[in-house]
Amino acid sequence: MAALTPISRKPLSMVLPSVALAGAFAGIFVGAGNGSVPMGMIGGAILTAGLAWFYISVLRNERLAYWINILGFGLAGFLFTGIGGGILGLLGGWFFVWFTYWLYEGRYRRKLLPYLTAQQVFFHYLFRVICGAIFVFLITPILVVLPLSFNAQDFFTFTPEMLRLDPEGYSLKHYQDFFTNNEWQRSFKNSLIIAPIATIISVSLGTLAAIGLSQSHVPGRRAIMAILISPMIVPLIISATGMFFFYSDIGRFLEGTLGFNKTFVGYLKVILAHAVLGIPFVIITVTATLVGFDRSLTRAAANMGAGPVRTFFKIQMPLILPGVISGGLFAFITSFDEVVVVLFVGSASQKTLPWQMFTGLREQISPTILAVATILVVISIALLTTVELLRRRSERLRGLTPA
Amino acid sequence: MKPTNFLLSAAAAAITAGAASAEDMTLVSWGGAYQASQQKAYAEPYMEMHPDVNIVWDESSAEAVAKLRAMNEAGNITWDVVDVVASDAIRLCDEGLAMEIDPDTHLAPAPDGTPASEDFGDLLVSECFIPQIVYSTTFGYRTDLVGDTPPDDICDVFDLEAYPGKRSLEKRPINNMEWALLCDGVPKDEVYDVLATDEGQDRALKKLDTIKDSVVWWSAGADTPQLLADGEVVMGSTYNGRLFSLIEEQKQPVAMLWDAQVFDLDGWIIPAGLSEERKQRALDFIYFATDTQRLADQAKYISYGPARKSSAPLVGKHAELGIDMAPHMPTDPNNAKNTFLYNYEFWADYRDDIDAKFQAWLAQ
Repeated sequence: MAALTPISRKPLSMVLPSVALAGAFAGIFVGAGNGSVPMGMIGGAILTAGLAWFYISVLRNERLAYWINILGFGLAGFLFTGIGGGILGLLGGWFFVWFTYWLYEGRYRRKLLPYLTAQQVFFHYLFRVICGAIFVFLITPILVVLPLSFNAQDFFTFTPEMLRLDPEGYSLKHYQDFFTNNEWQRSFKNSLIIAPIATIISVSLGTLAAIGLSQSHVPGRRAIMAILISPMIVPLIISATGMFFFYSDIGRFLEGTLGFNKTFVGYLKVILAHAVLGIPFVIITVTATLVGFDRSLTRAAANMGAGPVRTFFKIQMPLILPGVISGGLFAFITSFDEVVVVLFVGSASQKTLPWQMFTGLREQISPTILAVATILVVISIALLTTVELLRRRSERLRGLTPA
Repeated sequence: MKPTNFLLSAAAAAITAGAASAEDMTLVSWGGAYQASQQKAYAEPYMEMHPDVNIVWDESSAEAVAKLRAMNEAGNITWDVVDVVASDAIRLCDEGLAMEIDPDTHLAPAPDGTPASEDFGDLLVSECFIPQIVYSTTFGYRTDLVGDTPPDDICDVFDLEAYPGKRSLEKRPINNMEWALLCDGVPKDEVYDVLATDEGQDRALKKLDTIKDSVVWWSAGADTPQLLADGEVVMGSTYNGRLFSLIEEQKQPVAMLWDAQVFDLDGWIIPAGLSEERKQRALDFIYFATDTQRLADQAKYISYGPARKSSAPLVGKHAELGIDMAPHMPTDPNNAKNTFLYNYEFWADYRDDIDAKFQAWLAQ
């Protein structure tokens, strides 16, 4: 089909304005860096359009144009701002010469159906640009954190040394602080105690509730479901206020009347509160997987003499396991990320990682927070990747193609 | 099911291990360099002497009043000793949320035998308040952004022509209103009289109006240092210890503008309603942490003045930088040429009204 697609050179009246527009957009950033946005836009538009005209009308040699543009931009970037600017220059130079020829040679039509109108082609690419912009919008705040966490200074600032990619501007001291500072280590340990136990409680109770509520004979199951899911819908601050008073009473009873240890009761309160927050996620994911579950399997198991417990663990559980695991993951992340409820219910002995980050951000803007954030991002990615790989493996073992 | 069992038993082991060791004592403070100075000067030596006590920090001093009220209501006070500014201590004491202290029995006398009440002197502003440090709210400026004539007068903050650029000010009326009136020509000893009237408050806001478009408002002590380090603001107010750390420890191109610095006090309170055992432990800690040597030790880590007269001669060099701390204290004669004393009674009476007015003005 590609061979049938008409590829022809496009008029300069279409190529040059498009290149100028892209140049003006890039010029915004260069201009903002040097004090004047309008000047940057005008300069970028003139420079890129002028170069495009030169390559197409005068030079007429694509390979040479590539070399000139990439090296020229790279050199200019390097001379003005150092290594970082040089790399950006190389990339920018490559992009503009590629973009120029992509438009001029009509290459943008190469992979499209030949009968599309100009408008359809335009929207085809506009759609991709918008998707890309949304992606950048979502991911940039996370990516900015990564280089800043290697800052040699104690501020959330890209220093001139960092922008020049000077090794002096980078250090691992914030990571060292995280691993040696008592407060950070204690809160990390607390998070590692609280989140898994809360997850186990949420998963057990949530799965049981979902199975029970999926039986058609349970009276008022919609109302029960709504109540169980309410912690997810009610604003967190309201649940937290209620939990504060509720668990204060429970804590007083456990400590005062039953004589439990204060630290133990403190952990118990936070774990129970987090389990309540995690249960709705488990119920929803497990209920969703139960929709596709064939009830005749349990009847068949019962027919062969298996008790309900045995049926559950041998038949039902393996089949709904993906739902249980993803519900458990959500419950874990809820507890691991949670800061409002723990601020109300917990005391300082149960300070979790998000709590420590929250106060750290407010009282002392220290890049240690960024180092922790980076570590957490890496852990989350590793966790999700592992689960996804395990899921694919189990599907492969069961002879299904991974979806 | 095996991983579950493993996790459960590991968690149980971790909790029982935590429970079996020392009893936790929760100190509430402000975080950052200030809390670190308390950790090194008071908490670490105290824990060394008392291995059965484990000190846990909670960085909640900023909302201490609200949290103590809630804890009191729920009958579950989890804090043992709380670091608050003097005005919060006065409020907590009035509401019966803090325990009254008798300085001469609960606090250590000076090494020469002077009773604590005399050693702390005027700084004992409330029956519940145990003073710890004198700090000041003052300005720092970027030395590279102010040209050849660095600001040396508080009114330079209001001079946009000589010092163009953004300034950071705290998002509350306290201090800002006083500075505005001072720079609008009100003599220092009449500032609070003028501020007590509606016209005076409008006059202060009108003066602040002249720079409103150039102000970045801050609410946490760490904001101004960050803004100065970024070069986002030319000058900004914050606590003098934060600026000390910015200038001397972080080596940023920033200098102090001490003119019309506002002194304030920070110290401990013990919440009312602790069990007898916890109360005795808290008192024991306070007795140790506010003695002459300990207060002088704290000045090794941060440039806040010790609240005891007897501690001042013991202030030495910075623990890591090795520089003399005395010239960096807000109370040093060179820095304290023109100071302003925060009026507790005035703000206790007028805070709610002026706060409302200030917030409305901010939103305009």
